[in-house]
Amino acid sequence: MQVPAQFRYEKAVSVEHALTLLGRYGPESRVVAGGHSLIPMMKLRLAQPEALIDINDLHELAIISVERHVLCIGALTRHADLLSSALVGEHFPIFHDAERVIADPVVRNRGTVGGSLCQADPSEDLSAAFAAVRGEAVIVSPEGRRTVPVREFFLGPYQTVVDPGELLVQLRVPIRSSASAYQKVERRAGDWAVAAAGAELVLDDGVVADAGIGLAALGAPNFHAREAESFLVGGPATDERFAEAARIAAEHCNPIADQRGPEEYKRHLAKTLVTRVLSVARTRWHGLHSGEKAR
Amino acid sequence: MIMEITVEVNGSSYTRSVEPRLLLVHFLRDELGLTGTHWGCDTSNCGTCVVWLDDVPVKSCTVLAVMADGHSVRTVEGLEGADGLDPVQQGFMACHGLQCGFCTPGMLMTARWLIDHNPAPSEADIREAISGQLCRCTGYENIVRSVRWAAEHEAGLRERTVEDAGTEVQA
Repeated sequence: MQVPAQFRYEKAVSVEHALTLLGRYGPESRVVAGGHSLIPMMKLRLAQPEALIDINDLHELAIISVERHVLCIGALTRHADLLSSALVGEHFPIFHDAERVIADPVVRNRGTVGGSLCQADPSEDLSAAFAAVRGEAVIVSPEGRRTVPVREFFLGPYQTVVDPGELLVQLRVPIRSSASAYQKVERRAGDWAVAAAGAELVLDDGVVADAGIGLAALGAPNFHAREAESFLVGGPATDERFAEAARIAAEHCNPIADQRGPEEYKRHLAKTLVTRVLSVARTRWHGLHSGEKAR
Repeated sequence: MIMEITVEVNGSSYTRSVEPRLLLVHFLRDELGLTGTHWGCDTSNCGTCVVWLDDVPVKSCTVLAVMADGHSVRTVEGLEGADGLDPVQQGFMACHGLQCGFCTPGMLMTARWLIDHNPAPSEADIREAISGQLCRCTGYENIVRSVRWAAEHEAGLRERTVEDAGTEVQA
């Protein structure tokens, strides 16, 4: 039987209360929401916090909305709610693509968006998706609030810029006319990625005006493929260019050999998946803009 | 640390003093004696511990009992109604949806939720819904058949109710 070690438990009733509790219990306390990363780690003693601060009652952190052309996703949003949100699907299909292959439906009922990002697992699909679309993380502390680009949110595996006394409260993604997609190769349904890629494209008359490429489980710095993005911008959105961008992305990431496969295989997947998500994003772009062309 | 919690389980309220580290699955089984909920992998992979927390299926090996304080839980023991077994339970009987039965409570709870939210699930819908739950006996074929049986049976019941109502109006 796997049971966590002893800890104190507190239920936060507001964001301010959560911050007070974080201050009171210090760096040995942990925020818990869905608990689907933290509780298994506590069972295995990979984590042994002295206190857990439960934020499940902070319903104000579970809201998805659009404010001034920014998609706002509360940190306590469950995976299932991100997947079922028409608002999210309309603006960023990349999140729906990713959510369909994150864990399984029952786990998605409990796990949260903020928890996934704060866990900072190198294989986390949402980290790659938010990196692709250049999302921002809103972090609060007793001193106030700060906004950090998701591309600067991760310090390394399982490490983020969220300090012990701080709380991630929201993810924000500026809405623009774009198309996006996400694909993942997994060994079995609901597993972590062997490799995964996401892309966001902005096209202008067949030319790539802007591109974002996110990578998960591939050791890409901050979950994105900067060199490949730079290559794409300004050039035509052709299969040849996509293939070359994918080759560059595969070259610059740093996958490690593990039980999910050797490095060479993962680089091959990076190349294939980046090509595919760019192609799907382009198709979606044309689907959205075919009416304009006709006019 | 010991905390007093009150949890509504299958419509009855239970108050117990528990350690915060007690998992919901053990609260149900050991504190309340509701051993219908099974406890399997301990890693939120196998899904035999699925119960409803506030009407949403969750894996109770990865939820703390203290998190359920003030909330409602529905377990497999809460499926049977006044007029007998729930249609999903009947479906598993009719279509041999189990062999050893270890995964069954979790499968039943997910199936009930699926049909409540999607009364006519396709085979793909059913397979997706139970994709986080492992069965080592049936190869899933009979489980999928059982869930379909339950959905079709309930659809049939609804139709008959409508027909009966129509007859009454005519009479």
